[in-house]
Amino acid sequence: MLLLLTLCLVVLYWGVSVGSAGFVNLGSMPNEPGLAAIVFDIRLPRTLGALCCGALLGLSGALAQGLFRNPLADPYLLGSASGATLGVAAALVAFRVSPSAGHWLARLGLTGAAFIGAMVAVLLTLALARGFQHTFRLLLCGIVVGVVLGALCSLTLLLDPQVLQSMQTFMLGSTSYVGWNSVIMMAIGWLVCIVIAVPLGRLLDGLSLGESTAISLGLNIGFLRAVLVCVLALAVGLSVAQTGLIAFVGLASPHLVRSMVKVTHAHLLLISSVMGAALLGAADVLARCLLAPRELPVGVLTAVLGGGYLLWLMQKRQFSSTGGES
Amino acid sequence: MNSICTQDLAVVLGHKEVLRHINIQIKKGMWTSIVGPNGSGKTTLLKVLAGLQACKGAVTFPGFDTQHPSRLQKAQYLAWMGQEQAGGDELSVYDVAMLGRIPHRSWLSAPSQKDHQAVKKALQMTHAWDWRYRRLGELSGGERQRVLLARVLAVESEIVLMDEPLSHLDPPHQVDWLHLVKQLVAEHKTVVSVLHEVSMALLSDEILVMDQGQIRHQGLVSDRLTHQAIERVFGNRIQIQHVAQRWVALPLI
Repeated sequence: MLLLLTLCLVVLYWGVSVGSAGFVNLGSMPNEPGLAAIVFDIRLPRTLGALCCGALLGLSGALAQGLFRNPLADPYLLGSASGATLGVAAALVAFRVSPSAGHWLARLGLTGAAFIGAMVAVLLTLALARGFQHTFRLLLCGIVVGVVLGALCSLTLLLDPQVLQSMQTFMLGSTSYVGWNSVIMMAIGWLVCIVIAVPLGRLLDGLSLGESTAISLGLNIGFLRAVLVCVLALAVGLSVAQTGLIAFVGLASPHLVRSMVKVTHAHLLLISSVMGAALLGAADVLARCLLAPRELPVGVLTAVLGGGYLLWLMQKRQFSSTGGES
Repeated sequence: MNSICTQDLAVVLGHKEVLRHINIQIKKGMWTSIVGPNGSGKTTLLKVLAGLQACKGAVTFPGFDTQHPSRLQKAQYLAWMGQEQAGGDELSVYDVAMLGRIPHRSWLSAPSQKDHQAVKKALQMTHAWDWRYRRLGELSGGERQRVLLARVLAVESEIVLMDEPLSHLDPPHQVDWLHLVKQLVAEHKTVVSVLHEVSMALLSDEILVMDQGQIRHQGLVSDRLTHQAIERVFGNRIQIQHVAQRWVALPLI
């Protein structure tokens, strides 16, 4: 945990220092007002934004995996991310704001739209899967809902080509629009999510042995699940509204944490959130460095890295399970 | 004195009547076993008794002082263990046993000294204490079963319901389980177990014989009528005999 926090700080410093012209020594900042402005207005909020967004994604991933009792559950597999994107697209078309708009009211509006979209998508998935019981049906429905909502989103954009350009950057996932308003919103949202979710970690522990066991332990699972689904939608909506689609951070962080330490869910939620922050923060810096002075959308980078990691994980799992049985 | 009573229970799942006309009294401080062929409704009955399955009719607990217990009060009074429970692979053995303390802990509080003691006692009773830091997913089937048993024991409830508690256990640990149940009964706790091994069930105090969703017989283990009822529901393919001062079920060849 401390290690990860240190890692976050390192990433923060690194992210602030790295510009389009490579690494700059921050010690010389007071002498160069131009550099100070760049650092404070652009790099700092952006790096902080990447950290916050990663924290939200890490949290939502751990939450989804615990809630659905499925290690493959991911905010993006349950359709919620597509729902959030659709919400954003609808808001863009309806109110003619740009996703890069920095005004806090615009940001709040986009976040609200994304939250509603994520919520609707999760509820739709749950309704189609007829509850939480059948994990496979749930994942299948999540994928179906994701695809359908994605198609609706594309349709919305086709009808209004003006938004197309701005939406495209958005769908690739990028932290370059993030300003101070977004950072503050994400930080507050993250705090709210953590404060609600971590005390409920015990429910996720109880749930891990199955629904019946959880009920027999006296847990009010209907109510608690509803609360956690809301938190999940809030976290996904917030992160999608600020940075667009960033894949695999939510899926990979809980796995990384679990492969390193044995933890109950309360700790898992917290640590995997910090892990997500470190991951996305690092990915963001990498995305800026790799092709400097040009910049990769960070979503593309996480998709490539995360996809690779997931494949590797599956290979390793297969190997260790056959090894364990022989 | 009775610990659990049911009035005319019936359960319909899909279009199938899984349980009907169940009127039983389970006595306090006794070990009752439920036996019957596959699909006779044993697991469903246990779930109904635990309040995990919606049903017609009523289940009452005469020994329970509160008329309308809260969820947590009920969870403290009655513990249930399902069969073949999957999941929880990432949790440590100790954390799994600690789940049994959920009904006793207030919201948000860290486990108390009493919780830790109960978990330690439960893990020691099932001989799982030595590997308390291992993950549940790393254990063999029998080891896992012993941890799940410890989880139920950690609740320290008055009534313990267990569905196929002996699955995956090797003979010495089956004997350990018998001692464990005897110990619970000596503490005046009520134990109800679903067992598919008839010879094991014949070591309990009382037997419920089920077939096709109905109770065919309820009686003491030593009662000849009980033996006949068991032999009948298993299509007279087994015979119950008295060997070495106890009753055993032998296959008819």
